[in-house]
Amino acid sequence: MSTIETAPEALYRLTDVTRTYTAKGRTVTALAGVTVEIRAGEFVTIQGPTGGGKSTLLQLLGALDRPSAGSLVLGGTELSTASGRELGRLRAEDIGFVFQGFNLIPTLTARENVAMALVPAAVAAQERAARVDAALAHVGLADRGDHLPGELSGGQQQRVAIARAIVKAPKVLLADEPTGNLDEEMRDEILVLLESLCAEGLTLIVVTHDSAVARRAHRRLRLKNGRVTEV
Amino acid sequence: MYGTYLRRELAGRKKQTVIVAVGLAIAIAMVIVVNALSAGVRDAQTQALASVYGVGTDLTVTGAPAQRGSDTGQRFDFGAGGGATGSDGSTTLNTSILRASPARGTIDAAGVKTVSSTTGVAAATGALSLTNVTFDGQIAQGGQNGTGQSGAAQPGEGQSGAGQGATGERPRFGGGRFGLNSFTVLGVDPAAGTSVGPLSSVKVSSGRALGAADAGQLVAVADSTYATSKSLSVGGTIDVGGSTVTIVGIVASSSDSADTAANVYLPLDTAQKIAATGDVVSTVYVKAASASDIASVQAALAKALPTATVSSQADLASTVSGSLASAAGLIEGLGTWLSIIVLVVAVLLAVLFTLSGVARRTREFGTLKAIGWSNGRIVRQVAGESLVQGLIGGAAGLALGLVGILVVNLVHPTISGATAAGRFGRGGTGAAGGAPAAGGGAPAAGAGGGFGGGGGGFRGVGASVQDVVLHAPLSVEILIAAVGLAILGGLVAGAIGGWRAARLSPAEALRSAA
Repeated sequence: MSTIETAPEALYRLTDVTRTYTAKGRTVTALAGVTVEIRAGEFVTIQGPTGGGKSTLLQLLGALDRPSAGSLVLGGTELSTASGRELGRLRAEDIGFVFQGFNLIPTLTARENVAMALVPAAVAAQERAARVDAALAHVGLADRGDHLPGELSGGQQQRVAIARAIVKAPKVLLADEPTGNLDEEMRDEILVLLESLCAEGLTLIVVTHDSAVARRAHRRLRLKNGRVTEV
Repeated sequence: MYGTYLRRELAGRKKQTVIVAVGLAIAIAMVIVVNALSAGVRDAQTQALASVYGVGTDLTVTGAPAQRGSDTGQRFDFGAGGGATGSDGSTTLNTSILRASPARGTIDAAGVKTVSSTTGVAAATGALSLTNVTFDGQIAQGGQNGTGQSGAAQPGEGQSGAGQGATGERPRFGGGRFGLNSFTVLGVDPAAGTSVGPLSSVKVSSGRALGAADAGQLVAVADSTYATSKSLSVGGTIDVGGSTVTIVGIVASSSDSADTAANVYLPLDTAQKIAATGDVVSTVYVKAASASDIASVQAALAKALPTATVSSQADLASTVSGSLASAAGLIEGLGTWLSIIVLVVAVLLAVLFTLSGVARRTREFGTLKAIGWSNGRIVRQVAGESLVQGLIGGAAGLALGLVGILVVNLVHPTISGATAAGRFGRGGTGAAGGAPAAGGGAPAAGAGGGFGGGGGGFRGVGASVQDVVLHAPLSVEILIAAVGLAILGGLVAGAIGGWRAARLSPAEALRSAA
């Protein structure tokens, strides 16, 4: 495990976070009393068996869902009690998301997919175009802006997704199995990219099954039966 | 990005977009064509009525129909020695009578005055509907009965032909031919002008119209179609009820495809005198002071004349029969319902396709919410896509509807309409004849060949059949409303789809696709 420089303050502070669901009359506990702090600039991976609660934790961190109990603070905002509008603002400005399946809109070009992330911020068209081009250049796809997702490789599509996530200069980038659909070579490319972003100060939280990915993180968390342990 | 995303999405779902647009287009086109045809039928009905009741008539007042059995039928009386006897011994008989239908009610002068003085009545004029029937026939010279019957000739009886009672034989009927002809006569007030009544929709094609100075005179104007068929012309005469009337003018309907309300028009008092009806009219034509007064004037007249029937244009429209009425029923009944059903189906189709699209794009909307899109923004996106589909459907429907109207107007079908207003009821079965034969011979058989039989069934004024050309007029309001319906359909589909998309929880949306 690599040595990390601890940031002076916690970006995320989870205290006894619980999330339960009701399915077919049964109550399922996805997270059971999770308490953890994640500091700004850290590269954290979350591992664990399928159904262990990893995606649920990521969605709570991404302000896509609220805890059933406990406290979850992101940069001073209590997410468990924040309004829907506030959660939307956080997602629009402070949180970037990357998905295993890329989740690009198939009818839009790479450039347009990246631009979709700036729409909620109501950025002027000229500034938007400049920031999109910069983001694509940052991920090495400056010359692929006019291609549709179907015309790009898996690795390139994931780069576009990363560009979409970072174009708004978020505080944290959340990635759910970002290399899950990629071969080894592309996986390494993506990891190098993510590490470089982290080195620039971006907090990175990655859910992964892949130990090769986890080994490159500053911290490794393990989630099993809804409980977090530090590896 | 809104427009780009919208455009790309619709282009990516071409088949669905086309299906929704075609459905809406058909519905909108039907709405346009049905409404245009309805307007055309209403115009045709108004045209059919105008030729009978005239332009500007808002209401008609007619008297209560007489009781059944009050009609004794018409009688043609010939006195002894009547007719003209030819050299061959045959006798020619000719007479005409002018009468109102006893089954049809009348309104007296006081009633007409009541109508004219009712609040809200701008103008009123009365008209008397009559029919002139001419009996025309010839009785051949009779022979002897060859059965050898004896008997002196009855006193006072003449003989119709050769052969005396010297042998005691009774003279027998020599046979005859009789015919009945009729034409309609309308007694009109020549001082009433042309602002209301049957003469308000005619034009003078030769001679002159009736004027105030013609009151009480034996003058008439004739309908041009009737005049042509009977070879009547200005300056000629016509026998009306036994009076010789001079034709001073020929009139034609303002509409090329319709006849006027009657064959012959007389000054009202002249008609009343010849027909011996007294100072009555059969219909009072009323013009209201304004369109908004019609209903109140109708109510006031009904109250003032409780035994009379007060009819508005809408009431009269129901009297139009024939293929015009059938077309009206078809368009306004079946056509309207069909266009409503098609419109509902088209909107349902749009809603279902939109909901299906939202379901298919669950992950996409979840992703958009994850990157910061609000529910409102997503709803606007979905609604915008449906709205554009509605606009495409509306534009296509507008074009299709205009083509439909063009086709109708190019084909311009001719349909017939008959107005039943003013039609006389059956007048009884009084047989003609029964008068003693000329020369004291045997009475003519009451039901012999050639007689017209019963006296009922003659068509009175207003029961006219005419051909009307059906048009489908273009109305900007209908076109705007139809396109508005398409847009509304798109908005409804978009609102429902957007609501569904907004309800998607981003976490669940992403989870469901994981």
